[in-house]
Amino acid sequence: MRTADLVSAALLMALGGIVIYDAVRIGVGWGDEGPRSGFFPFWLAALMVAISAAIIIQALVSRSKKPFVTRDRFVPVFKVLAPIAGFIVVTDPPGPWSGLGLYVAGGLYLGFYMRWVGRHDWRSVVALSFAVPVITFFIFETWFLVPMPKGPVETWFGY
Amino acid sequence: MGLENLLLGFQVALTPFNIFIAVIGILLGTIIGVLPGLGGANGVAILLPLTFTMPPTSAIILLTSIYWGALFGGAITSILFNIPGEPWSVATTFDGYPLAKQGRSGEALTAAFTSSFVGAFFSIVLITFFAPILAEVALKFGPPEFFAIQLLTFSSFVGLGGGNPLKSLVTILLGFILATVGLDIVTGQLRLTFGFTDMMKGFDFIVAVIGLFGIGEILLSVEEGLKFEGAKTSMNMRVVLDTWKILPRYYRTFVRGSIIGFWMGFKPGGATPASFMSYAFAKRFSKNAEKFGKGEIEGVVAPETAAHAAGVAAMLPMITLGIPGSPTAAVMLGGLIIWGLQPGPMLFVDNPDFVWGLIASMYTGNVIGVVMVLAFVPFFAAILRVPFAILTPLIVVVCAIGAYAVHNSMIDIWYMLIFGVVGYVFKKLDYPLAPLVLALVLGDLAENALRQSLIMSQGSLAIFFTRPIAGAITAAAVFFFVLPIITPWWRRLKGSPAPASQTPLH
Repeated sequence: MRTADLVSAALLMALGGIVIYDAVRIGVGWGDEGPRSGFFPFWLAALMVAISAAIIIQALVSRSKKPFVTRDRFVPVFKVLAPIAGFIVVTDPPGPWSGLGLYVAGGLYLGFYMRWVGRHDWRSVVALSFAVPVITFFIFETWFLVPMPKGPVETWFGY
Repeated sequence: MGLENLLLGFQVALTPFNIFIAVIGILLGTIIGVLPGLGGANGVAILLPLTFTMPPTSAIILLTSIYWGALFGGAITSILFNIPGEPWSVATTFDGYPLAKQGRSGEALTAAFTSSFVGAFFSIVLITFFAPILAEVALKFGPPEFFAIQLLTFSSFVGLGGGNPLKSLVTILLGFILATVGLDIVTGQLRLTFGFTDMMKGFDFIVAVIGLFGIGEILLSVEEGLKFEGAKTSMNMRVVLDTWKILPRYYRTFVRGSIIGFWMGFKPGGATPASFMSYAFAKRFSKNAEKFGKGEIEGVVAPETAAHAAGVAAMLPMITLGIPGSPTAAVMLGGLIIWGLQPGPMLFVDNPDFVWGLIASMYTGNVIGVVMVLAFVPFFAAILRVPFAILTPLIVVVCAIGAYAVHNSMIDIWYMLIFGVVGYVFKKLDYPLAPLVLALVLGDLAENALRQSLIMSQGSLAIFFTRPIAGAITAAAVFFFVLPIITPWWRRLKGSPAPASQTPLH
């Protein structure tokens, strides 16, 4: 816990530093029509740096030996995080490549997770990862008219 | 005059379309409240983009109905599964789950829903009478007063939040900083974008809420290895009627819980302490105090009444001052801005049909809500029996859809994931999330109020102390900010021992 506290407070402090840098660049003083753009962020960040320093001192003084997270408890967290990242990449990867769209990626993600973590049988995996995207597609695209990222499959069906 | 307006409101709230919207909202809200990782705040956030094209009154009815539903849904998981969906349902588990294990879940649920309804109703009646008065007063407020109220809002997180005051302060500052990213609407200057076009839009509070509360909550619950082992429900009309026969016995608890809830609730973060306080009072004054914690109906009544009274009371400062009392109210306030309404006292002058429609819909929404949850408890409880490996990806996909829909941009889904990790780490390190969200929503309003005040005073901060109303509010805010510093001193002076550290809620 102590290390995690130190690292997070140091990160917040660094973030405060970056904000101060940019605030000073655009001006923290008094402009033609009152305080300039950097005024508010500057004082917020200055306070944040000061308080992060206090948290660092607080953490240094504390004697907490409790680990932030143990390895065996982090494994399930990772098993949730990694597929989410995968799902986002498959939906639309950063850069020039185009993805499969949110619905197809969502179906693949659901099927993968059901099989990998839940060990459900293939029949329900296939059925759900087909049914869920189709249902959500009709709810959001045709009922609520909110467009989601789409890929080649939707184009092929004429959407 | 107030009653006339309320009648006008009912004409808005009781149109068939708006009743239909309320039913849908409560249904969705209860499901959201039951599901792990989807609470009131991010349930409302996910659905907010779907309301952009609706008339504002219907949109706010949908969102508030989701809120009521989520409040009811929290009671279901607390009682049947011993999982408090929200921090303010923790106290409900103390007696609710033992009752359910004794096979008395029907009684516990009926008591919980009825108490929620009573607490909510009490607060709604008070809102009906106080809101116009408060708005009238607030109309005289200038920028210094509004900024002082903002200070007071955030100071109460620091002084009354109960956690580490330094960490509360940092999350507030972080929220405000994130709010300044992007275009400064006053000067037209780009801030903190560092040349990235993606940063120009800034950080949307909806995405932050979905990430912090949705994804973060999922990560926490898998780490804690939550298992849903539910007690069986036996709900039928007879159980409901039998419970209703004994409930009037606890009228004192109802009254006390409602008052505590309302009083705590219009201050930010008030629902959780209100529920614990009401539980503690009920236990102290009860003849069966020794039965508390082992399955006493009164132990369900007390926290539920207070939590709902508080949950509704959080709407009072939102509609009158434009200051939300809870993260969910903060998301709704963001919604008002998106629908093109100016939150604050002017709403009562410019959009009376909206305000009074909203207030009237609180009455109808809670009536519809209590009937629906009583009738469909088994259906809602069945949702938690869906295997975890199916629920998790479904919730994540819904969260991603909500995040994307805000600006139709992929970067927001990535932000959602980052906010999720931040939410997980912050929760573990005892950094509170609610003040961060409130600061992110209120950032622009607070900055404008500060700027205009400083322009009025030509740069002197004294303006926050010399104007009578602003001065009093600022003084109260300063008091709350220094409260964590003076409390240990005060204790030492009186020679009383420091209280046992509060158990974190997650």
